[in-house]
Amino acid sequence: MYLIKKKTKLYQNMFSMWVEVPEIAQTVQPGQFVILMTAKKGERIPLTVADYDREEGLVQIVFQAVGKTTEELSCIQEGEYLYSFIGPLGHKTEIGLFGTVVLVGGGTGIACIHPIARGLKEAGNRVIAIIGARNKELIIMEEELKKVSDELIVTTDDGSYGRKGFVTQALKEKLDRDPSIKKIWAIGPPIMMKVTTNLVKSYPVDIIVSLNTIMVDGTGMCGSCRVTIGNETKFVCTDGPEFDGRLVDWDEFMHRNNRYQKEEKESWQHFKDESKCGCKEG
Amino acid sequence: MAKMIDMKERTKREQVPMREQLPSARIHNFEEVPLGYTKEEAIYEAQRCLQCKNPTCMIGCPAEINIPAFIRLVVEEDFEKAYLTILKTDALPAVTGRVCPQEEQCQKECVLNKKGKPIAIGRLERFVADWARENKIKGIEKSDSQKEQKVAVVGSGPAGLTCAADLAKLGYQVTLFEALHKPGGVLVYGIPEFRLPKSIVEYEVAGIEKLGVKVVCNQVIGATKSVESLKKEFDAIFLANGAGAPRFMNIPGENRNDVYSANEFLTRSNLMKAYLFPEYDTPIKIRKKAATIGAGNVAMDAARTALRLGAEQSYIVYRRSRAEVPARAEEVHHAEEEGIVFHFLTLPVKILGDEEGRVTGMECLRMELGEPDESGRRRPVPIPNSNFVLEVDMVIDAIGTMANPIVARSATGVEVNQWGYFKVDKMTRMTTCEGIFAGGDIVRGSATVISAVGDGKFAARAIDEYLLSGKSLRKNS
Ligand SMILES: Cc1cc2nc3c(=O)[nH]c(=O)nc-3n(C[C@H](O)[C@H](O)[C@H](O)COP(=O)(O)OP(=O)(O)OC[C@H]3O[C@@H](n4cnc5c(N)ncnc54)[C@H](O)[C@@H]3O)c2cc1C
Ligand SMILES: Cc1cc2nc3c(=O)[nH]c(=O)nc-3n(C[C@H](O)[C@H](O)[C@H](O)COP(=O)(O)OP(=O)(O)OC[C@H]3O[C@@H](n4cnc5c(N)ncnc54)[C@H](O)[C@@H]3O)c2cc1C
Ligand code: SF4
Ligand code: SF4
Ligand code: FES
Repeated sequence: MYLIKKKTKLYQNMFSMWVEVPEIAQTVQPGQFVILMTAKKGERIPLTVADYDREEGLVQIVFQAVGKTTEELSCIQEGEYLYSFIGPLGHKTEIGLFGTVVLVGGGTGIACIHPIARGLKEAGNRVIAIIGARNKELIIMEEELKKVSDELIVTTDDGSYGRKGFVTQALKEKLDRDPSIKKIWAIGPPIMMKVTTNLVKSYPVDIIVSLNTIMVDGTGMCGSCRVTIGNETKFVCTDGPEFDGRLVDWDEFMHRNNRYQKEEKESWQHFKDESKCGCKEG
Repeated sequence: MAKMIDMKERTKREQVPMREQLPSARIHNFEEVPLGYTKEEAIYEAQRCLQCKNPTCMIGCPAEINIPAFIRLVVEEDFEKAYLTILKTDALPAVTGRVCPQEEQCQKECVLNKKGKPIAIGRLERFVADWARENKIKGIEKSDSQKEQKVAVVGSGPAGLTCAADLAKLGYQVTLFEALHKPGGVLVYGIPEFRLPKSIVEYEVAGIEKLGVKVVCNQVIGATKSVESLKKEFDAIFLANGAGAPRFMNIPGENRNDVYSANEFLTRSNLMKAYLFPEYDTPIKIRKKAATIGAGNVAMDAARTALRLGAEQSYIVYRRSRAEVPARAEEVHHAEEEGIVFHFLTLPVKILGDEEGRVTGMECLRMELGEPDESGRRRPVPIPNSNFVLEVDMVIDAIGTMANPIVARSATGVEVNQWGYFKVDKMTRMTTCEGIFAGGDIVRGSATVISAVGDGKFAARAIDEYLLSGKSLRKNS
């Protein structure tokens, strides 16, 4: 059983949790993820490690309640326990000295780029972070990211905060003006990563994406997470989660991510019918 | 009380068949197919045993069970003693009694096999284990003479469980590390409920914990902890992480939405209990016509699971002929009874699909058998231009598994062969690193429960010798 040390609501359905798992906190690196189960009858879901505290033995996850399991997770309170928690899984981000780098984050992806930005900054890179969301309320971790980047650009779809528009527009302007950019990380919803990859195709930069496929074990045992990378089948959990965006078969990845849509709806409905959790209303 | 019967009567009797759920009923549920012997049936069968002075059956049992002794106790209706006799050497009797390929093991070596009527040793073993469980018989308790030395066992499949149990019986402090959230290995995530109820595996694991073994789940060795770090904490290590990485055919269309590896399909259904969705959260997709590629035990399990989950048609597609089918005859028989259709001499070459990524069919080639290959089986060769489309809307790859490199990568000095399996000494099961032993599927490639049990026993003995000689990994590092 894994203790939730601290829980914060970042906005309506986005949460941060610090979980006590000393062994994982000791060795986890930026870019890696964990797999957790809320309860015995639960599903195993992967979440990126947003931050860690090696001394205190804590690991931070940031998640959005988008379905049954994340909703149930959001109902678990400080001082309560998770049924299962494994990690750190996947390869760490390859941190090096590249020059100028851009980190593009959308949704919970914003939390995922934070430790990567910090690592890249510590390695001596000039770090530009571009984060975006639908509106002002949904922008998270702005302060934290400011600390670890040389420049932070915030965009909102409706213009309620920062610049109006999508992260890709902000990225395009940067790329057009700044030829020193060598490498880009884009982490967020599949469609945002796909569009970003398409955008940078005509620029001489590398693009790394972190694929959030559907997983079961997370250790290379099932193949649920497989994707096609440059005509080769790869397992996101053991070969990734980061890949060269240019090599990803985006259509296949997005189809596979939709394969349980019907069941996901059913499961969420079942949960709402059965559940007495009222934390969303409060 | 029942008694021994005379020799003539013993050889005259036929093997007692086991009652089973009817095919028409069982394809709609996940309950066990064979129902087990009643007390009377077990005694009647046990009475047939000749109680050989030189019991050849035992040669066939890697778990080293004293077969005539326990069978005699069944005749005498001392089921408790029969249980303890089995338990002395086999920590998982309810499991081995069910899934051991007995026809290839103990029963093959039984003298009565010459007449085609071997003693149903596995069924008797199952009867005794089930009786003991139902009657809450205490197993073997924690050893009185506890030793100081600590042993780490990686992986809680039959190899790991057996080694841990044997070492605990000798008094060692054993910690068993498991990556998943439940112990049991293939016994929980692979073999379906209708062949091996999970409550039984849980019971056997609980018995092993009573011996003092500490079972720690959610620990991926190679990720959470490295083998290197285990070397600092433990005096010896047994690696039994199985051969759990799925193999794919590498044909076009294999990543379409409704294509599963058998591992994923069975794990969703067994470990995650997707057959009880939405009570359990993990979903599984079932379409109308499922094709399972391969014809081993795994393929039979997958095809039969698909049927139970609601597929209208469930096919086995196999590139060789019926004679080469590697699954146990009993499982093939069960599958056929349930209406599984076998497509022999058929090789899938492409999985067809629609724009949404769903499967709409599978293009196959017809095969014929040519010259024998390295395995001694006749090699299947494609018949040119024999392509045809099998109408299916989901596909399960059950063509085998291979080594997962996670554990090996974190173990310096432990060599693997070209396929990623640990190299071990034939006698001691010691790897190329002194103090680290290995066994089960991660040494043999996909094998059997009983060979994994056998490896666990050998390794436990070798670890005992290693530690008794005063050596220790902790001292070395
Ligand atoms: C390596 C990795 C890192 C991730 N990191 C984060 C993170 O830091 N924060 C975060 O909020 N989310 C993250 N995700 C996605 C997260 O796992 C899903 O949001 C979660 O599984 C949804 O489960 P659910 O039952 O609440 O919703 P569901 O109703 O199951 O699904 C809602 C959506 O999530 C996707 N999804 C469903 N099951 C899975 C699964 N097992 N794995 C991945 N996606 C799935 C579906 O395609 C669907 O679009 C990550 C995924 C991966 C693979
Ligand atoms: C569907 C199916 C049906 C089968 N049917 C039969 C049958 O009827 N009869 C028969 O005799 N055999 C059968 N087999 C084969 C048999 O199950 C295996 O040969 C046997 O389980 C191997 O045992 P093992 O202990 O070596 O490994 P496994 O049972 O594979 O167990 C290995 C364990 O190690 C864990 N592990 C892996 N990596 C790590 C890590 N990094 N850290 C910690 N733990 C880890 C795994 O999660 C797993 O629990 C079947 C196999 C399958 C898949
Ligand atoms: S463990 Fe297997 S081989 Fe040994 S007696 Fe039992 S069924 Fe036969
Ligand atoms: S060989 Fe057969 S008949 Fe002889 S003791 Fe063994 S089980 Fe009994
Ligand atoms: S999640 Fe099972 S192999 Fe990646």
